[in-house]
Amino acid sequence: MTDAKVLLMMGCPEVPIQTSIALYLSHKLTNLGLDVTVAGTDAATKLLKVSDSDGYYAKKLVDLDKTLEDIIEKRTDFDICFAFMHNDAGMTYAATMSAISQARLYSIVFGIHAETLAETIEFDCEKIVAKAVHNPVQLQNKLDKVMEEIVK
Amino acid sequence: MSCIEQKKYKILLEKTTFKESREYIEKNSDEVYYVPPGYKIFNDYYVIGIPPIALGAKSNALFFTYTKPCHGTFVLTIDDEESKKEINRLREMEKGKITASLKKSKPLESSRSPSAFRIYGKNEI
Repeated sequence: MTDAKVLLMMGCPEVPIQTSIALYLSHKLTNLGLDVTVAGTDAATKLLKVSDSDGYYAKKLVDLDKTLEDIIEKRTDFDICFAFMHNDAGMTYAATMSAISQARLYSIVFGIHAETLAETIEFDCEKIVAKAVHNPVQLQNKLDKVMEEIVK
Repeated sequence: MSCIEQKKYKILLEKTTFKESREYIEKNSDEVYYVPPGYKIFNDYYVIGIPPIALGAKSNALFFTYTKPCHGTFVLTIDDEESKKEINRLREMEKGKITASLKKSKPLESSRSPSAFRIYGKNEI
């Protein structure tokens, strides 16, 4: 699975663990030999840029809507996508990705309403669910197992 | 996709879920068309969402959804020459699908298929 193109799709950065998990995933997957792109809203991207000002953990940062547009227009696509979501809008973006892309989709569902939100997902994906807002460790542990599976 | 914000639109429903937005369009439009995610309207706006995505027509006004990651989904409407053209395009696509289907003598595709276009009269919903 090395050289696979991976998209990390960040949503609204209101819930703190999104930024740290995005940086963690980006760095781990890059070290595993995957080609990682991180897409986000303007605010989510700025949070990442300030946290990782030299671009050490997240090397490719792109605009979320522009990326979806490029996939729709078949200018690009990915092999794997991790979609972050803690609200209905995040789920809406992930559902769109499921419909327009060939990527294997992982839905990272977090935040106070994680379990309820995860139950509303009707598209094909693997769900990684953690009712977490400030503490990223539970989600980190679950993602470690997913990454082990990906590189098998 | 934020180019839509530069157009003259009205907000019919704000900061809600995608499902509620779809239901609003279905209840408040005279005609409803279902399009796949990524369907382009007004030349440069790609409608995103959970299939089936509803687009509504009421006279010359087009009803559509707009999702912002931090604020949820909105139902917007635009009523101008461009919306009239978009509604006509949806009608033509629907007509084309029916014609193609009749030629092949096959039943119509399911209205819930993400790739399908389907029109409903108000009383059918």
